[in-house]
Amino acid sequence: MTIATHIPLPQPLASLRRRAPGTVAGVDWALLSDSEARRLREFGLDEGVEVELLHAGRFGSGPVAARIGRMTVTFRRHIARAIHVQPV
Amino acid sequence: MTAIPLVALVGNPNAGKSALFNALTGARQKVGNYPGVTVERHSGRLALDDGRPIELVDLPGTYSLDPSSPDEEVTRDVVLGRQAGERRPDALVVVADATNLDNHLRFVLQLKGLGLPAVLALNMVDMAKRDGLAIDPAALARELGMPVVETVAVRRRGLDDLRAALTDALTTRSGVATTVDPDIRQFQREARRIAAAAIVAQPRGRAVTRSLDSVVLHPLAGPVILFTLLFVMFQAVFSWSEAPIGWIEGAQGWLAERAIATLPDGFLRSLLVEGVINGVGSVVVFLPQIIILFLFILVLEASGYMVRAAMLMDRLMAGLGLSGRAFIPLLSSFACAIPGIMATRSISDPRERLTTILVAPLMTCSARLPVYAVIIGAFIPARDLAPGIGLQGVVLFALYLAGILSAMLASVLIRRTVTRGVGGGFLMELPRYQWPSPRDVLIGLWQRAYVFLRRAGTIIMGVTVALWLLASYPVAPAGVKQSEYSVAGRIASGLEAVLRPIGFNHEMSLAVIPAMAAREVAVSALQTVYAIDAEDEEQGATELGGRLAGRWSLATALAFLAWFVFAPQCLSTIAVIRRETNGWRWPLFAVAYLFALAYLAAGATYWTAVAAGLG
Repeated sequence: MTIATHIPLPQPLASLRRRAPGTVAGVDWALLSDSEARRLREFGLDEGVEVELLHAGRFGSGPVAARIGRMTVTFRRHIARAIHVQPV
Repeated sequence: MTAIPLVALVGNPNAGKSALFNALTGARQKVGNYPGVTVERHSGRLALDDGRPIELVDLPGTYSLDPSSPDEEVTRDVVLGRQAGERRPDALVVVADATNLDNHLRFVLQLKGLGLPAVLALNMVDMAKRDGLAIDPAALARELGMPVVETVAVRRRGLDDLRAALTDALTTRSGVATTVDPDIRQFQREARRIAAAAIVAQPRGRAVTRSLDSVVLHPLAGPVILFTLLFVMFQAVFSWSEAPIGWIEGAQGWLAERAIATLPDGFLRSLLVEGVINGVGSVVVFLPQIIILFLFILVLEASGYMVRAAMLMDRLMAGLGLSGRAFIPLLSSFACAIPGIMATRSISDPRERLTTILVAPLMTCSARLPVYAVIIGAFIPARDLAPGIGLQGVVLFALYLAGILSAMLASVLIRRTVTRGVGGGFLMELPRYQWPSPRDVLIGLWQRAYVFLRRAGTIIMGVTVALWLLASYPVAPAGVKQSEYSVAGRIASGLEAVLRPIGFNHEMSLAVIPAMAAREVAVSALQTVYAIDAEDEEQGATELGGRLAGRWSLATALAFLAWFVFAPQCLSTIAVIRRETNGWRWPLFAVAYLFALAYLAAGATYWTAVAAGLG
């Protein structure tokens, strides 16, 4: 896959700057358990949906808070690493 | 079988479903249980516009018909007509949060596919307007093919329209079943399309919630706020309750005096004064503390803070093999383990759920307070360790801490042995903050108080009276102590052989038996036993603490406290564990490990205290 240099690369939600919205470029469902994947879909997580990292927890560990579409949710960090975001 | 139409309220969590239920049915609610599961069934009646009564049932909130916890299973089974003990609803009121429309619509579409007559209550439209979100209900109804009513449940707005739409839906019985598509992503895309067609203006976002969250979830300020709140909560439980406890004690004393003054001396008077009034009264005095604790829990839940607390606690709980979700049931267990254990039904992972159930009885429930309060009052001097820090308060805090620390330790051990395996993770919606509706909080408090008083009036009174009878008969001959000669006394003598090594005397052995029914009965049992041995009722009414201080050694009193930190002494809790885990295996496990801990802790405390010269 070739990517034009002026388009920023998708990066994991976990390493996104706080309050910098982006759209979901892809989700590494294999890193998630079935129940996690199902609940995330129920929260509306899908490619193209706008997401935003809101709170990153204590000292780089613990759960994060993020916005998915119009919903605010909290989940553990490994999930935030499985969601790849295209910054806008 | 009743012919009254059954209407179910269904919707996502945080859609304001229960507020709508309260607004529609008021306090005329019935709280029961679904058979086989401890998911509470909330139902109530209301009259439609044509005068027809309907039964409204409030189903647990869920995101889809694909359940991931026991309470969500109930919702699915009820709407599919598969729940034992429940008819299939004749119609649905689907509740959606207007501010979260695109997401909630997915579940609305899934429910619509069931083919039941349905009305959509578009709730929290005031919040949506405040956010700058404008929704065209007519366009939404057209796209959905379902009547749409705008409501603000907490302000009781839109209720007449909702009743009218429900009347129509039940009369025409419209609704077309479609095949339920298993792929929720298709529902989601359809939901987004409909939302896009119905949303006239887009919001900027939840400004208030976002700015509050930046403080509440702050890496440093967040935990400080959480622990301050918990500290204030426990302070309030003691300081706010002083006055109302005084009133209840006053009323109890007045009743006993009246009874002594009006009734002739004899069996009936003794039963009434020693058994009923003093026995039940010594338990009812704790109603104020229970109400204050639940007031905090209900307000924290309704405001949206509780999920934030769960998020802040998740890292610590993960270290114990649990998740932030276990925080809410464990916090509720400080009031009472029964609602706490029932609240574990929202934990999706079965291993984490079982572990939470097994350690919940270690949280110091309010029923232990009467025991702690009496013993501490009698044996721990009321002096200050430092200005504002009393020794009695420190001992009480240490007892709470002992419960928490042992729950943590037990959780780690249980997760590494009997419930070993990967956990279920942590994934929760953070609802918007809102002012709790005083009406909803009052209804919740009333339900808790009612359950407690019913318990005091039935189990606790029954046990107290039975104990009084067993402790009063057969009547001892002159020179022999009644509490040793009676039936209860002889049973206690047998138990005393086991409890003597850990410092328990005869009266304590007698008190721990009825305390199995409810821990707080230990206090009324000691009261009853010493009252029976006393010459007459006046002397019998002497303050229990003063009497204990003269008869027990400090080592014995401390051992008694240590026993109550661990002892699984409440049959209702054991019954709830049995119901929740579908069998006797886990309740018996809990009883065994908690009694073993209680015995060892009381013994270790007693032997240490005796060695320190306090015996």
